Amino acid sequence: MKIPLSYIVRNLWTRRVTTLLTAGGMGLVVFVFAAVLMLDAGLRRTLVGTGSYDNALLMRQGSQTEIQSILYRDQASLVETMPEVARSASGDALVSREIVALIAIPKRGSDKPANVVVRGVSPTGVGLRPQVHLTHGRMFRPGTSEIVAGSGVVDGFEGVELGVPLRFAGREWLIVGTFEGGKSGFDSEVWGDVEQMVQAFRRQTFSSMLVRLRQRDEFASFRDRIATDQRLTLEVKPEPVFYEDQSRSLSQFISILGVTLSAIFSIGAMIGAMITMYAAVANRTGEIGTLRALGFRRSSILAAFLAESVLLALLGGIVGLLLASFLQAFTVTTMNFQSFSQLAFGFDLTPRIVLITLAFSVAMGIVGGFLPSVRASRLEIVDALRAA
Amino acid sequence: MGHLLKLVFRNIFRHKLRSFLTMLGLVVAILAFGLLQTVVQAWYAGADMASATRLITRNATSLVFPVPIYYRERIRAIGGVKAVAVSNWFGGIYKDQSFGNFFPQFAVDHDIWFDLFPEFRTSPQELLAWKHDRRGAMVGRQLAIEHGFKVGDTIALKGAIFPGTWEFNVSGIYEPKDETTITRQMYFHWDYLNERLKQLFPKRAESAGLFVVQITDGSRAAEVSQAIDREFRNSLAETLTETEKAFQLGFVAQTETIVMAVRIVSFVVIVIIFAVVANTMAMTARERLAEHATLKALGFSPGFVGALIVGESVLITLMGGVAGIAATFPVAQGFKALLGAMFPVFHVTGDTVGMQLAAALAVGVLAGLVPSYRASRVRIVEGLRHIG
Repeated sequence: MKIPLSYIVRNLWTRRVTTLLTAGGMGLVVFVFAAVLMLDAGLRRTLVGTGSYDNALLMRQGSQTEIQSILYRDQASLVETMPEVARSASGDALVSREIVALIAIPKRGSDKPANVVVRGVSPTGVGLRPQVHLTHGRMFRPGTSEIVAGSGVVDGFEGVELGVPLRFAGREWLIVGTFEGGKSGFDSEVWGDVEQMVQAFRRQTFSSMLVRLRQRDEFASFRDRIATDQRLTLEVKPEPVFYEDQSRSLSQFISILGVTLSAIFSIGAMIGAMITMYAAVANRTGEIGTLRALGFRRSSILAAFLAESVLLALLGGIVGLLLASFLQAFTVTTMNFQSFSQLAFGFDLTPRIVLITLAFSVAMGIVGGFLPSVRASRLEIVDALRAA
Repeated sequence: MGHLLKLVFRNIFRHKLRSFLTMLGLVVAILAFGLLQTVVQAWYAGADMASATRLITRNATSLVFPVPIYYRERIRAIGGVKAVAVSNWFGGIYKDQSFGNFFPQFAVDHDIWFDLFPEFRTSPQELLAWKHDRRGAMVGRQLAIEHGFKVGDTIALKGAIFPGTWEFNVSGIYEPKDETTITRQMYFHWDYLNERLKQLFPKRAESAGLFVVQITDGSRAAEVSQAIDREFRNSLAETLTETEKAFQLGFVAQTETIVMAVRIVSFVVIVIIFAVVANTMAMTARERLAEHATLKALGFSPGFVGALIVGESVLITLMGGVAGIAATFPVAQGFKALLGAMFPVFHVTGDTVGMQLAAALAVGVLAGLVPSYRASRVRIVEGLRHIG
């Protein structure tokens, strides 16, 4: 015979303060746990969302980031002639020769400058990234010192506003538009005309090149063609793969830190649950004896106390998740170690994270409640009744 | 007073398991708190090492842009400047791109570098050998331990910024002055880098990543910085000069969000353990209501009863706290061995220990306050009627 659930719930209700404190402690652990998972998911979505498998990115061999890369004009022209490259109706290659540089702008609310990515793109380059669309103003005109700024830069940095000039590379660049990159890494960039920027930064070369492929599955033949051409010392990656590589170390760092913290914190919360459940068993010794005398089995008692502990933990889990869900309103801007530039990303609460978090809190409840439940089920009827 | 202490002590051992679990929770929480505080401090290790008489001059646009090498002579000519040394970030890959194999390498002015950084202890013979070997490298003690580098070894690096394979001979190993000195980097001759660049990429040669400027008088730092920047105003590469400390703090500011998160989380763990201890004390006080009423009936003051509970709470947290502090040191050692790549300086300071102790004490007092207030206010008749 099973002990009814309402009995278990009422037990928790009777000891409201204790229930609240224990569940509150567990809720905080769950909050930290969920926050880390959400941050990692947000980072991944930002960087993976930055690319499309229709595009391939070319950089110099051995360079890990676009900033380190150098791509010569003749190399770019050569790549444009390859058959795998998609063409517009008028026969122009759909490629963007790009220059990527870092400039230092003060972060909003502090006078400390942080690195922002400036990207010079070809006129076709904007079209190669369909997730980017203007929110205010207009696109920069090729051949002018005009730029457009991503929403992450506008929100996170001082003095980046529509109609305001930004000074770098010895020139004033007028911000004529702001754009939204669909929560991708482009949100944290400033875009302008590539030829203007090559001149302003006094370079003769580009940093990288983005190519729209005629067909997605032609990537392999495109890669082989580039690898076998002696004149090209270039490396090619599908765009999403490149951005995933960029996020690897930051993502690794966040998960290692988060998992370690959650593990340590959960020990504390489980001890809290254990204390509460031991006290519950001690206080209700007489009650347990009565239940046994009424004919409830040891296994039922074990199940009832375990269920109480799990319920307690689940309560904490839900509180923690609720708290964590508010984090979705925040955006984090920090330095991506690999690209050495600021990246804005949010907290992303996915169904998978909800499930993992709830499973984590149930596990805390089971581990914390197991020993006390075993003790409850082991009590002898006579001793238990005498204790009352 | 004697009675009080005796009673408090006896009370702790009444519920051995509960007290033990609570203390265990405290050990974990205080340990986690201490480690997180140390992580925050480790973040500032570079800035802590900075000297007041060293300035950093670099390209005003951002760090990734070089400065012409001939600036060195012009800076040296400025009043108040004692010495100038070039330093280029090399960014070579050792073995593979994994996080653990990453370490910073700098191409520097070999003839004066170690005069500028007295916190690195070198042996005169090794230093001389380094100065005479064009491909020689000086390796920090910690780096040498991590990878087993010995004098005479060859280190091969794959260039990510400067393509090709670069080989260096370990001429010497420098030692830290104290535990705040970072010795997880490698220095080699800037001349060697420049010579090879002249052959391979002549356009990228003759340039400096940044200059370390030693000044005669630390109090004139602001004035000399301005003088240097004035010298290069409206030139092709305008400079930004700041104290070494400000320069290092600039790096910290780039990752400020992470530091902030770690700091917040370190206080969350204290709140979690507070919930656990408060719960323990609330349960304990509730169980002993009749006992407290008896004490009052015997003539003990409400203050005595209150002190009994707060005393017990503080004693438990202090015992747990001290054990937690004791555990912090060996765990920090292990942490450093594991994450040396991330935190080359990981040193538990006196401040941290003080904060740990204060946190334990605060948790003890606060957790005991509410139940103690209730117990001191309980009416004797009601308390005696109450059954445990």
